[in-house]
Amino acid sequence: MIVSVFVNKDSRVIFQGFTGEHATFHAQDAIKIGTNVVGGVTPGKGGTTHLGLPVFDTVAEAVRETGANVSGVFVPPPFSADALMEAIDAGIKVAVTIADGIPIHDMVQLQRFRVGKDSILIGPNTPGIITPGECKVGIMPSHIYKRGNVGIVSRSGTLNYEATEQMEALGLGITTSVGIGGDPINGTDFVTVLQAFEADPETEIVVMIGEIGGPQEVAAARWASENMKKPVVGFVAGVAAPAGRRMGHAGAIIASEEDTAKAKMDAMESLGLYVARNPAQIGQTVFRAMQENGIKP
Amino acid sequence: MNIHEYQAKELLKSYGVSVPSGGVAYSDKQAAQVAEDIGGAKWVVKAQIHAGGRGKAGGVKVVSSIDEVKKTADAMIGTHLVTHQTGPEGSVVQRVWVEQASQIHKEYYLGFVIDRGTQRITLIASSEGGVEIEDVAKNKPEKIITEVIDPAIGLRDFQCRKVATAVGLKGRLMPQAVKLMKAIYRVMRDKDALQAEINPLAVVAVGEDEQLMVLDAKFNFDDNSLYRQKAIVELRDLAEEDPKEVEASGHGLNYIALDGNIGCIVNGAGLAMASLDAIALHGGKPANFLDVGGGASPEKVTNACRIVLEDPNVKCILVNIFAGINRCDWIALGLIQACNTLQIKVPLIVRLAGTNVEEGRRILDESGLAFISAENLDAAAAKSVEIVRA
Repeated sequence: MIVSVFVNKDSRVIFQGFTGEHATFHAQDAIKIGTNVVGGVTPGKGGTTHLGLPVFDTVAEAVRETGANVSGVFVPPPFSADALMEAIDAGIKVAVTIADGIPIHDMVQLQRFRVGKDSILIGPNTPGIITPGECKVGIMPSHIYKRGNVGIVSRSGTLNYEATEQMEALGLGITTSVGIGGDPINGTDFVTVLQAFEADPETEIVVMIGEIGGPQEVAAARWASENMKKPVVGFVAGVAAPAGRRMGHAGAIIASEEDTAKAKMDAMESLGLYVARNPAQIGQTVFRAMQENGIKP
Repeated sequence: MNIHEYQAKELLKSYGVSVPSGGVAYSDKQAAQVAEDIGGAKWVVKAQIHAGGRGKAGGVKVVSSIDEVKKTADAMIGTHLVTHQTGPEGSVVQRVWVEQASQIHKEYYLGFVIDRGTQRITLIASSEGGVEIEDVAKNKPEKIITEVIDPAIGLRDFQCRKVATAVGLKGRLMPQAVKLMKAIYRVMRDKDALQAEINPLAVVAVGEDEQLMVLDAKFNFDDNSLYRQKAIVELRDLAEEDPKEVEASGHGLNYIALDGNIGCIVNGAGLAMASLDAIALHGGKPANFLDVGGGASPEKVTNACRIVLEDPNVKCILVNIFAGINRCDWIALGLIQACNTLQIKVPLIVRLAGTNVEEGRRILDESGLAFISAENLDAAAAKSVEIVRA
């Protein structure tokens, strides 16, 4: 049985844009925590080696030669959608894009391209995904992620770190952390990640961190209330955010009453989720929910 | 990125869409000249600012002589127009658009958005035009017609006919409606628009006949696509944007002014929002939102401090960094550089976590400068509020 969500020790990881500065740095960190990195892709550098691993011109070659099934896509935003389509076309099962600034029309095309294809797209505008001790594909500070039984999913990267640190201070570790990203169009939404956590035998409780803008926190809370046995803790950032302004993330904008943090947290609460109203108390709220449900850290 | 109505109309005209004859004017004399050039017996003088709600605020006037065109333009240009979207200080009217007044038979609404739920471009239309679409959605939801567009197929004629029929654009007006919807969809795709709003789309009299005409148009473009939209970038009006926000974005910082007294410097949009929330929960008021982004260099941190301190209301600065791709040691060096170059007189409350945190803390401790360090988010927010209250 495959444990953990989307990525684990059996994941065979490549990096696209492999020889670039960020990909190099984070591929090294990924290898250090135990990720099975099998190679990388940089068009024009096929046949060379980098970090002692083979470099290919195309993802298709990398998949054929190394059996890669996960790709960390570290190419600049104007070229990201194309690189992601290449990965999915080549049979990559989980593609992660950290790019912040992909044109939204490219994302519309990409999401259409994915219809009927069996792939998971994490991002864009995300720190990535990590299953501590097994696999990291992203840019997060891996040392703060300790193994445990809490699944964490968030739109924001730094708020994910914040919640993880709060939990760690209370002795709580995680199964997998998934950053779905701060853009208006996410490759993977909250519901898909909650489904995966519900199915994962190791995950016993889930914390979902949203922010202002868009309908998906409430949709996910509704799905959780109807379909999940595991408790879910929610938090939504931006109670103090003014309406009509993009708060850093392209997707973080209050366009209607339902987009506000308060409306989303109220909805979560009425749907039976645990809600942390204070960003400094996400860890404590998870801790309390675990105690109430007899879940041991 | 937003553009003015006159720019939107010129853009639409270049795609074959019917808009009233008109021209832009930067002075009363120019306005009178435009009115004379386009001819007619009645004109509309429209203040050009990005914010909506101009009509109710007195920014749209119908007049029936060249002299009145001149007087109206003179009264508008240079004034602060306050609408429900501008905030109390209003926006300065730099120019007006003068067009031939139309004889309106009926008004419709037509819009395109990128819907976050379906992740596709969606056409929105209503027979209730000339009013706020949000009000229609709330009070008469059955009057809102939507059509989702498959990006691989594009907007098809039959979809346009379906929408036109549903809002009551029948007979000879229907082919015009189809052509117009497809043209606006092409603008959305060609120009990387996030949103297009035609309100009102009007049926106007042309002699004995009727014609569809765009009477007001609003476009919002994707900032992430501007690198490939040189012609759209040319339309940017910096006077419509907050100068501090423009300056901040030039330094790779995301700054939004708020009305409190606790300055904020944070990395990451989510943590930055959460920091504002934590301050508010402790009863304080943040002076700004500021995301330094990833890979913040000491220079970037110094610039962040300077921009935050330009706000005279700022009584202290809360620095909250959870470094992933960032480095706490660089942030610390930046703060010291800022203290030395800017002669900062307000207290700095600093919370560091993540990559190179020990090194960052050591640098701050050994600097001999009076940073107030905070263990975590809650302590940082509490201390900031305590300081402004003292």
